[in-house]
Amino acid sequence: MRKSDYFERTDSKIKILFIYITLIIMSLLAIYPVLNILSSSLRPSNQLFSTSLKIIPENASLMNFKTAIFKKPLVRWILNSMIVSFISMFISIVFSATSAYAFSRYKFLGKKSGMIILLVTQMFPAAMLLLPLNILLTNMGLSEKLWALTIPYISSSVPFSIWLLKGYFDTIPTSIEESAYVDGASVLTTFYKIVLPLSKPALAVASIFCFMNSWSEYIVARVLIHDERLYTLPLGLVTLQGQYNTEWGVYSACAILTSIPVMIIFSYLSKYLIGGLTIGSIKE
Amino acid sequence: MKFKQTNRGIYQKWWTPYAFIFPAFLVVLFIIFIPLIFEFMIALFDIRLQNIRLLRDVGINIFSFPKIMKNQFLGFGNYAEILKDKLFYRTFLRTVIWTFTNVFFHVVIGVWLAILLNRKLPGKSVFRVLLILPWAMPQYIAAITWKGMFNYEFGAVNLILNKLGIEKINWLGDPTYTLMAAIITNIWLGVPFMMMVALGGLQSIPSDLYESADIDGASSWQKFKNITIPMLKPVMVPAIILGTVWTFNMLNIIYIMKDGLPGDDVNILITKMYRDGFDLYRYGYAAALSVIIFIILTLFSIAYLKANQNEE
Repeated sequence: MRKSDYFERTDSKIKILFIYITLIIMSLLAIYPVLNILSSSLRPSNQLFSTSLKIIPENASLMNFKTAIFKKPLVRWILNSMIVSFISMFISIVFSATSAYAFSRYKFLGKKSGMIILLVTQMFPAAMLLLPLNILLTNMGLSEKLWALTIPYISSSVPFSIWLLKGYFDTIPTSIEESAYVDGASVLTTFYKIVLPLSKPALAVASIFCFMNSWSEYIVARVLIHDERLYTLPLGLVTLQGQYNTEWGVYSACAILTSIPVMIIFSYLSKYLIGGLTIGSIKE
Repeated sequence: MKFKQTNRGIYQKWWTPYAFIFPAFLVVLFIIFIPLIFEFMIALFDIRLQNIRLLRDVGINIFSFPKIMKNQFLGFGNYAEILKDKLFYRTFLRTVIWTFTNVFFHVVIGVWLAILLNRKLPGKSVFRVLLILPWAMPQYIAAITWKGMFNYEFGAVNLILNKLGIEKINWLGDPTYTLMAAIITNIWLGVPFMMMVALGGLQSIPSDLYESADIDGASSWQKFKNITIPMLKPVMVPAIILGTVWTFNMLNIIYIMKDGLPGDDVNILITKMYRDGFDLYRYGYAAALSVIIFIILTLFSIAYLKANQNEE
C-alpha cells in the first residue's frame, strides 16, 4: 500500500507526525475536565482532598453515585428537566420545521428580512431580556411553573433551528414534491409525508440542540423558579457545587450522570452537523 | 447550493408561506420583541426595591406602565448615571478584553484544528469526536468543574503547574486571575463551535482550486492565504458575529466562577447588569444597562458586516 492511500500526497512524514501530536494534545485538553470530574466522582469521601492526579483513584468506589441517586433529589431534578426539555424540544421543532420549509421553498414578501430578524434575535440572549421577561411572566402568574419555563426556551432555540433546517431543506430536490403535487397532494401532506421523512438527520440535530438548550439552561431557570421541588437539573446541581466540601464527590457523580448521555448522543450526531452549519448561511 | 425556483405558483396561495412561519414568529414576537420594548420603557424610570411592588399593577399591559409609574419617571437619568460612573468604563474595557481574547482564540484554534482535520488522516473521526466534547458539556457544569480544577490547593491546574516547577497561582482569590481562569474556561468551551463551522466551510471549497494552485507551484502559505481564507470568510463572518455576541453576553461562566468573590472587579457588563437587577433590585438602572449593551452589540455587528462587505 502506498502512503498516499492514507495521507495527503504532499504531506511529509514529519508533518504527519506533527499533526498527530497536535491533535493528541488538543484532544487531551478537550477531554481532561471530563476525566477530572470522573475521577472525583470515583473518590471515596476520605480521599476527596487528594493531591494525586491519577484518573482512577485508589480505592475507587461508586459510593458517590449511590448517594446521588438515592439520597439526593437527583431523580426529581432529572424528571423536572426532562419535562421542560421535551416540551420545549417538541414545540420548537414543529415551529421551526414549518418556518424553515416556508423560507426554503417559497418566495414571499419579507423573506429576506424575516431571516435577518431571526439572526438579530440572537443578539438579545435570554440574559439581557431576563428583567422584563421576569416581570411579564410573574405578572401573568407564570413564575414557579415548570411548563412556563418552556416559553423562553422555545423562543431561544427556534431561530437557530430554523436556520439549520432551512439549509437542509435547500439541499432536497424539489422534483419529488412536484410529482406529489401532480398526484394531487396538498402542501401540508407533501411537507408531512415527503419533506419531513427525508430530513430526519437534520431534524435529529435540531432536536438535540433544542433539547440541550433547555437541559443545560441555568440563568433563566434561576430567576423564574424558586420552589425547590421544581428545581431543574442545573438549579439542583449548582446547589451541590460548594467547592471541595463533602458534596464535591456527589456533585461530580451527578455531573457525570447528567453530561455523559448528552455527550454520547451529541458525538453521534456531530457528523450531521458539519453540513448543517454552513448551508444555513443567509444567501438564497 | 442554489435552489432553483420553479413555477409552483398554482400550488400555493399567497398566504401559504405566512401560515408556515406564523407560529414561530408569534413566539419570537412575544418573548423577544415585547420584552424588548418593555425593557426600553423600564430604562426610563426609577424602579428599585422600594417601589418594585408597583410593577405588579402593570399586569401584562405594558402600555399602562408609564401611567402607573409616572412619579418615577426619570427620562434619561439612568443612562446619565451609568455613563457618569467610572466603573462602567472599567467594566466595559474588561468586557472588550474578555470578548476579544475569547473570540480570537476560538477562531484561531478552531480554524487551525479544522484545517488539520480536513485532510486524509487515519483516525481523524476519533479526534473530531473528542475535540467536539466541550460543546456537548452543559455550560454550568463546565464552569463548576473548571472552578474545581482551579482550586488553589487541590485543583488539577495548580497540581500540574507545580509538577512543572511553576509556583501555585491563587486563581479564584485574585480578580485578575479569576478573569483569566474564566477566559481559559470559555476558550475551552467555544473552540468546538468555530471548529465545526470552519470544517463545514473547508469541505465546501472545491479541491480543484488547490490542484490548480499546486500546478502553478504555490506554497502552502500562499494556498492558505489566497484560497482558504477568502473561501472561509463567508462562513466565518456570521459565526464570528454570533460568537462575539454570545461571548459578550456570557453570563454563566463569570457568574459561577466569581461566586463568593465580592466586589465588581471580575464583572463584565452582563454580569454587572445581572447583579444590579437581581441582587440589588435596581430594575431601572439594570434595564438601561441592558439597552446600552444592546446598542453596543448592534453597532458592532453593523460595523463588522459593513467592513466585510466593502472589501469584496
